[in-house]
Amino acid sequence: MLLSDLLAQALNGLSYGVLLFLLSVGLTLIFGMLDIVNLAHGSFYMLGAYAGLAAIAATHSFWLALLVAPLVVGLIGACMERTVLRPLYRRPPLDQVLLTFGFIYVFEDIVKWIWGGTIRSIPPPDLFAGSVRIFGGAFPSYRLFVIAFGLVTALVLWLVIERTRLGAIIRAGVYDAEMTGGMGINIHRVFTGVFAFGAALGGLSGVIAGPIQSAQPPMGATILIPALIVVVVGGLGSLKGSLVGSLLIGQAEVWGKVWLPNVSMAMIYVVMAAVVLLRPQGLFGRPLK
Amino acid sequence: MTALLQLDGLTRYFGALGAVNGVTLAVERQERRAIIGPNGAGKTTLFNLVTGHLAPSGGRILFDGRSITGLPPHRVARQGISRSFQRTNLFPRLTVRENLRLAAAADGRGSYRLFGSVARLAEPLARAHEVAEAVGLALRLDDEAARLSYGEQRQLEVGVALATRPQLLMLDEPTAGMSPEETQRMTRLLAALPRAVTMLIIEHDMDVVFSLADRITVLHYGEVLVDGAPDAVRADARVYEVYLGTADGA
Amino acid sequence: MKWRVAAFAVAVVAVVLFPRVAGTYPVKLLQEILIWGIFAMSLDLLMGYAGMVSFGHSAFFGVGGYVAALALTHWGANAATGLALPAAVAALAALVIGYFSIRVSGVYFIMLTLAFSQMFYALTFQVAWLGAEDGIVGVPRPRLFGLDLGTATAFHLYVVAFAVATTLVLWLIVRSPFGHVLRGIHDNEARMQAVGYAVNRYKLLAFVIAGTIAGLAGALYTQFVGSITPEAFVWRTSGEALLMVIIGGTGTLGGALLGAGMFILLQSFVSSYTERWMLLLGATFIAFVLFAPGGIVGALRGRIGLKA
Repeated sequence: MLLSDLLAQALNGLSYGVLLFLLSVGLTLIFGMLDIVNLAHGSFYMLGAYAGLAAIAATHSFWLALLVAPLVVGLIGACMERTVLRPLYRRPPLDQVLLTFGFIYVFEDIVKWIWGGTIRSIPPPDLFAGSVRIFGGAFPSYRLFVIAFGLVTALVLWLVIERTRLGAIIRAGVYDAEMTGGMGINIHRVFTGVFAFGAALGGLSGVIAGPIQSAQPPMGATILIPALIVVVVGGLGSLKGSLVGSLLIGQAEVWGKVWLPNVSMAMIYVVMAAVVLLRPQGLFGRPLK
Repeated sequence: MTALLQLDGLTRYFGALGAVNGVTLAVERQERRAIIGPNGAGKTTLFNLVTGHLAPSGGRILFDGRSITGLPPHRVARQGISRSFQRTNLFPRLTVRENLRLAAAADGRGSYRLFGSVARLAEPLARAHEVAEAVGLALRLDDEAARLSYGEQRQLEVGVALATRPQLLMLDEPTAGMSPEETQRMTRLLAALPRAVTMLIIEHDMDVVFSLADRITVLHYGEVLVDGAPDAVRADARVYEVYLGTADGA
Repeated sequence: MKWRVAAFAVAVVAVVLFPRVAGTYPVKLLQEILIWGIFAMSLDLLMGYAGMVSFGHSAFFGVGGYVAALALTHWGANAATGLALPAAVAALAALVIGYFSIRVSGVYFIMLTLAFSQMFYALTFQVAWLGAEDGIVGVPRPRLFGLDLGTATAFHLYVVAFAVATTLVLWLIVRSPFGHVLRGIHDNEARMQAVGYAVNRYKLLAFVIAGTIAGLAGALYTQFVGSITPEAFVWRTSGEALLMVIIGGTGTLGGALLGAGMFILLQSFVSSYTERWMLLLGATFIAFVLFAPGGIVGALRGRIGLKA
């Protein structure tokens, strides 16, 4: 393969990894703090893409959509947590996991209802509509934007989580929610906030993915499994794990298709199974009690 | 004659903290031994080590001369050791009868039977009724465990441990949270158990300890402080300092 | 108890005679409900009785389906081997997957069982000799002792017989000493261990039984449709069975059958009036989890006042 092809593949893996990262951050924080595996998290991705579609249709501005879509999805997440999940906190966590599963169907069908089932394309912003020459090959500049955006977001997230008081509260809540609540912090508000934040990030991922993947109702269900794998491999509850895991899985998917096309799909699941069996806390998660 | 339960230098660390630190003690057959000590002395940890819920960092556990160190809980139970828990640990949605029957049936191959009725396993059912009588729950056999009063649940808690026909019955604070009347009832219940069942009991209530125990072991910071007859322990100044000098002193 | 037997007998007769009064499409729906009911009931054994929530039960459904497809198209199997082989292979798969999965619990059990079923999906999707994306088509209905099960009546009786047999077997297992142990494990696994049960052995046995029955359901499904695709393995298939069990009533066996009925009827009837059957299904499921965790059967029992 030409150097430019290799680089293009690596960059594809990187942009996919970044999308997975934005989506899985929410998933891993929600699990870390609330002990819920939000199976509807892929739906936030899908809702983000469609919210972005609607925003672009209304305002003709990709940048505005980038702002509006995550807010809308965050709001949906907040509502979901407050109305439906909160009453279940006293029940075993498995009940909540099952509940989120029902939402996959609800969200997907609502989207199908409003926009129909056909694939809708989302054009990239004019600024990044072209391509860039890298080592002799052309590479879509939008994907470079996605990579840059994702890494900057990762940095900002890290700063917030590690360096601010809000971040400290979130970290404390992920470590031990009961204790944090006992320290006088309104833990319910933090729960809603984290859930909404995670949903918003998922929505952001969806709207950014729009120009690459287009929007279709099953996209949420499709991306859920890779996101789950990222979270398991990286470590449930770990932000660092989310980043490393998604970058790894992003590369694995791309190179797997190139070198081992017949088993690449299965390999990812073997990795997931191996992690759960041999090191359930993943790469960076807390060792299990 | 070998002791029924022999602990040799049993140790368990949590990080740098020695929760149980070189405990050596022997419980003879038919003995009724009480383990006392302030909170955090390592009593429940000691129980967890013996029953296989925790792996020891060092030392040995011998039951009837055989090493049971490191065996998982269900294998320890099969050896003839049964245990009740400090926090009630029952089968909440099952009836009292079923709680006891399950425990009684635990050693039988009959439990793997895919067809056939439970009623045909006569022995565990009979044992369940027998134990229900012994723990004073004969009238509550058809009630769900979750519906029992706290005191009745503690009685069932002992019953479930008893139903397995153990050689050694380990009770972790059987009277925890009980009213004085309930405590007296439990004490009478335990006193009435056949001598053939060796008893090892963790307790905070000194009246219960002195009515039941043949021998008392006092634990402090994971180590054996004093080990002897009740009168000797009662008279020992060190025990007073550490434990009996507090609110529920004799 | 007597009226339950009577009710069951009436139901069986009604189901057997159904083709006399209904057209081909409703009969097909009924058969689909019965087959999925078997699949869902096997999941209920696992979830409702042993307390093991699996997101990978489709693995055994798919294995049974593919082995049946291969057996009937390439290996010249008859009805007996067309069921025995899928059952055997599904049992083996359940033994292997179960052996590993039982080492973890809760959320991790969900993830692991999911990973295993997705592995099967990935493999069948990419392997050419299993038909890759299109799967195996043209699966004939087998012969049994010379009787051609391809005829509408014969096949209907075959499916009904199967559903009845499975229901009875599961009902017996649930009432048995083994079934009682499973319930104990569900209620308090730690205490079961503490009183001396080798809990993992019981869980593995339950897993294998459930997997075998799911494999049989898959084999029947292949014969029903005449083909099998990798979609049988996908996590949505597991999810649909999960939905059926919960809507019908976890831990009731009959509930799973009811849930299958509700799901398939919603899917077919509602979708002829509105396209929103998925929304309705999801909303119904959420409503049940929130307000009626006992499912349909639980709600009925509450009202009629029968003891569980």
